[in-house]
Amino acid sequence: MQNRHEDPHQHHGHDHHGHEAEGSALPEIALRVKALESILVEKGYVDPAAIDAIVETYETKVGPRNGARVVAKAWSDPAYLSRLRTDATAAIAELGFTGRQGEHMRVVENTPPVSGKPGRHNLVVCTLCSCYPWSVLGLPPIWYKAAPYRAKAVIDPRGVLADFGVTLPKATEIRVWDSTAELRYLVLPLRPAGTEGWSEDRLADLVTRDSMIGTGLALTPGARRPGEAA
Amino acid sequence: MNGAQDLGGMMGFGPVMPEQNEPIFHAEWEKRALGITLCCGALGEWNIDVSRHARETLHPADYLSSSYYEIWTKALVKLLASRGLVSPEELVAGRSLVPPKATRPPLHVADVPARLKAGGPCDRPLDRAPRFQIGDRVRTINFHPTTHTRLPRYARDKLGVIEARQGSFVFPDTNAHGKGEDPQWIYSVVFKGTELWGADSDPMLSVAIDLWEPYLEPA
Repeated sequence: MQNRHEDPHQHHGHDHHGHEAEGSALPEIALRVKALESILVEKGYVDPAAIDAIVETYETKVGPRNGARVVAKAWSDPAYLSRLRTDATAAIAELGFTGRQGEHMRVVENTPPVSGKPGRHNLVVCTLCSCYPWSVLGLPPIWYKAAPYRAKAVIDPRGVLADFGVTLPKATEIRVWDSTAELRYLVLPLRPAGTEGWSEDRLADLVTRDSMIGTGLALTPGARRPGEAA
Repeated sequence: MNGAQDLGGMMGFGPVMPEQNEPIFHAEWEKRALGITLCCGALGEWNIDVSRHARETLHPADYLSSSYYEIWTKALVKLLASRGLVSPEELVAGRSLVPPKATRPPLHVADVPARLKAGGPCDRPLDRAPRFQIGDRVRTINFHPTTHTRLPRYARDKLGVIEARQGSFVFPDTNAHGKGEDPQWIYSVVFKGTELWGADSDPMLSVAIDLWEPYLEPA
């Protein structure tokens, strides 16, 4: 189930070049989806342009930069943080982020250790399907929907964090949120040290998608984003 | 139901495998699968709980060996057949064989932004008081329905504490089976790791689960 990809030809969009002969090289599921779409369009149930518009929305408009703006504002503006705590859906909507799979938002805050009280790290999962806050993070990554993460997050979250190269102090509380209902969770990561006085735009660049799921931490100033070339 | 979707606590799947420079879609067909799933949902022939139940009733071996967009597609095929929208014969033939059924109008491209922006809120007013207060100790029920439920197996018959009240929402256990929305209070219930997983659990672990009132008894 994890990272099951098909023929590498697909990754280069060869099915767009219009070579009919390549149709036979498509994996069965691709042919099935193609047949299904064509019947749905023929029967008038589906407008193919609507599919394009949905895809374009999640490829170009709705993604983790939305969530990063929420986090950066929460770090910078105590009044905004207070509104996020009281009504996260409304506070997030102030920035224009609303809609599908973000109708009922909750923000959960990572906290540092304070005078003997342990810090807390939050991690979000949906063990039963793939519930995810689309309006602030876009579509979920493949690993979030796959069995290893959904199985392991609730029983061995430190093991999951290790899979992401993250180690937390033993004394840190780990709180896992299993999104069984229609509430959607955004993690507010700890603000990195050395960012005093930074603008919201600069801060937002430190906020990774994984830090808002809880499988990562916000970047420290000067660090490379995960996946960036050295 | 105790299907393959109920994965919390299962072992043997190996490590989580984050991808470097992960694409939003891994193939063109995934884009179309997302689009047709959302567009067919807009026809109003089923709700999100029916959809989820269609996915979890895939054979466990099929579920566990399918990617998530494959799961969506297989469930969509089942739903389209069960509602008389697209028959298995039509899928084999690759074309329409009978006239379309009357549904809500299809989602038009011009309405996509507004529809995605609006979403589908599931909170519903409820004119009875919540049974539990913040801080109450509760025990989850022990049940194994063959029908849809959102109380995961790993959290059944467990002691927890109500940490927050989340409002009143559609109840999936009825809504997935044409028995109405039957709104119920939802609570954020917190369980210690040791309660869920025993003495070997990480002592610093707690799990919060959003649970509908019928899943809970006073403890």
